[in-house]
Amino acid sequence: MKRHLLSMHDLTPEDVVRVLDTAESFREVGTRVIKKVPALRGRTVVNLFYENSTRTRISFELAAKRLSADVINFTTSGSSVSKGESLKDTALTLQAMGADAVVIRHSSSGSPYQLTKWLQGSVLNAGDGTHEHPTQALLDLYTMREKLGRLEGLNVAIVGDVLHSRVARSLSFGLVKMGADVTLIGPPTLIPPDAPAWGVHVSSDIDAVLPKLDVCYMLRVQRERQRQQFFPSVREYARLFGLTRERVDALPEGCVIMHPGPMNRGVEIDSDVADLPQAVIEEQVTNGIAVRMSLLYLLLGGSGPDQLEAAGPNDEATRGADDV
Amino acid sequence: MSEASAKLLFRGARVIDPAGERDTPADLLVSGGRIAAIGDGAEAGDADIVECDGLVLTPGLVDLHTHLREPGREDKETIESGSRAAAAGGFTAISAMANTDPVADNAAVIREVQALAARAGLCDVFPVGAITRRLEGEDLAELGEMVEAGVRIFSDDGNCVPNARVLRYALRYATAFDDVVIAEHCEDPSLVEGGQMHEGYNSYSLGLAGRPREAEEVALARDLAIARMTGGRLHVCHVSSAGSIDLIRRAKDEGLRVSAEVTPHHLVFTDDDLVTYDTNLKVNPPLRTSDDRDALRAGLADGTIDVIATDHAPHAVEEKEAEFDRSPPGTIGLETALAAVLTHLVEPGLLPLSRAIDALSSAPARILGATDHGGPLEVGDPANLVVFDPAARWTAEAPFVSKSRNSAFLGASLTGRVVHTCFRGELVVADGKAQR
Repeated sequence: MKRHLLSMHDLTPEDVVRVLDTAESFREVGTRVIKKVPALRGRTVVNLFYENSTRTRISFELAAKRLSADVINFTTSGSSVSKGESLKDTALTLQAMGADAVVIRHSSSGSPYQLTKWLQGSVLNAGDGTHEHPTQALLDLYTMREKLGRLEGLNVAIVGDVLHSRVARSLSFGLVKMGADVTLIGPPTLIPPDAPAWGVHVSSDIDAVLPKLDVCYMLRVQRERQRQQFFPSVREYARLFGLTRERVDALPEGCVIMHPGPMNRGVEIDSDVADLPQAVIEEQVTNGIAVRMSLLYLLLGGSGPDQLEAAGPNDEATRGADDV
Repeated sequence: MSEASAKLLFRGARVIDPAGERDTPADLLVSGGRIAAIGDGAEAGDADIVECDGLVLTPGLVDLHTHLREPGREDKETIESGSRAAAAGGFTAISAMANTDPVADNAAVIREVQALAARAGLCDVFPVGAITRRLEGEDLAELGEMVEAGVRIFSDDGNCVPNARVLRYALRYATAFDDVVIAEHCEDPSLVEGGQMHEGYNSYSLGLAGRPREAEEVALARDLAIARMTGGRLHVCHVSSAGSIDLIRRAKDEGLRVSAEVTPHHLVFTDDDLVTYDTNLKVNPPLRTSDDRDALRAGLADGTIDVIATDHAPHAVEEKEAEFDRSPPGTIGLETALAAVLTHLVEPGLLPLSRAIDALSSAPARILGATDHGGPLEVGDPANLVVFDPAARWTAEAPFVSKSRNSAFLGASLTGRVVHTCFRGELVVADGKAQR
C-alpha cells in the first residue's frame, strides 16, 4: 500500500481486500469488554478537521485509540486556523510535533494532496470538498461484503446528488474497481455528464432500476441545491427519487439499503424505510471504526493480516497494560 | 557598454524579422540607441562586439497581456520588477493590465504607471485602461482622456463586461479614436460562478466546480455580434477553447476587425495536468482538454490567433500555497514564454520559428501600435532586440526575476534561452544576466 490514502485510486483491488480482511480482524476488538490493542502504541495520530463532522471524527478517534495511538483532535474553531493560519503553516506545526498520521477533513477538494507536500507522515483523507471520502467507501464496501458475501458482480444503485457527493465518487470508484455493476440515479443536473467514463451506468428512472438491485445506496440531498435550481422543489425530488415504502417493495428480496448519514428523513428516504431491517445504516457506522483501525494500522507500518497475527490483537507479547 | 550611446555589433546571428520578411545570417550594428546597419555596412569599427554564433536575433518580444500589480499589490510585483522580468524574458515592450488597486480607469493612474515605467527604464510599458469604472461593468471609464494620455488598449480583463449594452457603447465609442482596441475577457459570468477548473471529466472526478468552455464561447459569440454591429475593434484575450477558434476564424473570414491571443500555458498544458491539484496550474480561463490545446496550436499556426501573450499574473507564495479553491488563478509567464513556445511548438515542428517570432513580437506590436517594436528592423529604428540561444537547455526554477514564483512551468525542462535583451540600444540583459 502507498503511504497515504487520498483517493480510492490509491488502492489496488488487492489492497481493498487487504483493508477489508484486516478490518475483519479488528472488528472483533470492538466486541471485547476492553476494546483496545497495542498495535500503534507510541504513535501519534492527528485528526485535523477543518469542517465539522462529529461522526467521522469520533470514528477516527475511536479507531486510533483502540489501537493505543496518542490522538490529538485539531478542530479549526477557536484554533490558530480561525486566526488566519494557513494550511501549510498548520501542517508544518503538526510535522514539528511529530505526527505519524494526519487525518484531514476539509471543505476544499484536494487539500489532502497539498498536505502531503509538507508532511512526512501518512495523510488520510477523511473527506475533501466534493472530491472523495475513501474511508466511507471502504466501510461501505466492507458492509456490502459482510451482508452479501461478495463485491464482484453486485448490482448497486447510488441515488441522489452524485455531482456534489464525495461519498458517491469514492464509492463508485471502489465498486467499479472491485467488479460491481454501478448505476448512478438522479436528476441529470446532479449527475456528472462524464460519469459513464468512470465505468458506471446512469439513469434518471429509479423505478426501472430498483428490481435488479443488490444494494440501494441513498445519498443525502441538500436543500441548498434546490435554491441553486438543480431541481425545482424538494417535494418533486422526493417524489421522483426518494426511497419510499412502495419503492422498497419493488426491491428484490435480500437487497440492502444503505445511507452514509446523516439522513433527511422524508426527502431522500422515508422515515419508516430507514428503520427497516434491510436498512443497515447503523451497521455502516459500526463497521467504520474497524475499517479505520485497519487503515491506520496498514498505513502506519502493518503489512496485512499475516503481520496482524504477529503484532495485532492476538499478540499477547505486545499487549499493553491497558488491554488487561 | 551599458549606455544607450554605446556602439554594439551583434555579429553572426541568424536574424529573423518576420515583419521585414528576413531570415538570414547577418551582422547588426547599433549606435546611439538605434539600428545603424544590418548586413552590408555593419562593421565593427569602435563598437563592442557581441558574438552571436549559433544564436538567433529578432525584434524584441512584445507582450499584450501583463499584470504588473502596481499600484496596489507591490508585494507581488512592481512595475520595476515586472519590467526586469520582461527584460529577462526578451521582452522590450509590455502592456500592463488595468486591474490594479486603484484601477487604471483614469488618466491619473495611467500617467503614474507610465512614470514608474520610465523610471525603471528596462522596457516600454504601455498601460491598458479599464473599459468601465472600477472594472464594475456598469459605467464607461473616461476612454478619451486615457487615449490622450497614450492608451491604445482598453480592457476589464479579469472580468468579462457582463452587460451587452455597455460593451456595445464601449466598442462604438472607441471608434472615435484611431485604432483603439477593446480587449475582452470573454467568459459568461453566470456559467462560471464558483468554477475552479475546466468543466469535464477531470473536474467531475476531482470534485472541483467547473468552468465550461461554453462560457467563453457564449460570451465570444455575443462580443463578435456586437463588434459587427458597432464596427469597433475587438481583441479576444487568452482564447482557450476549440469552439472559440471556429468563431474567430469565421469572424475574420467575414472581415470583422478582430484579433486574438493565446497564452503559452494554454498551448502546453491540459486539465489532465491538474490531477495533483497544483495551484500553479490554476489559471483563468482554465486549462482545457488536449483537443482544445491542439485547436489552439492549429489556430496559432494558421493565423486565426494572432498573438502569443503571457497573461503574466504574479501572486504571493502564501496565496498559491493554499487550498485549490482558495488560491487565486494565474501564472507568471514573462521569463518562460519564449522557451515554452520553442520547446513545445517550434522544436516538435508544430510552428515555424518565424511564425513564433511574429506571434511574440511583430503581431502584438501591430495591435498595440508600438511602432518602435516588433520590426521590420530598419536602419534608424530604435534598437529593441532580443538574442536567444535556440538550443540551450535549462530548468525553470525559483527564484525568478519576477517578485513571484507561481509559474506553471516551475520545474519544467525547457529549450531555448534569452542571452541578450537590447532596449533602445542598451543591453539590459547580457549573457543572460541583468545589467542593472
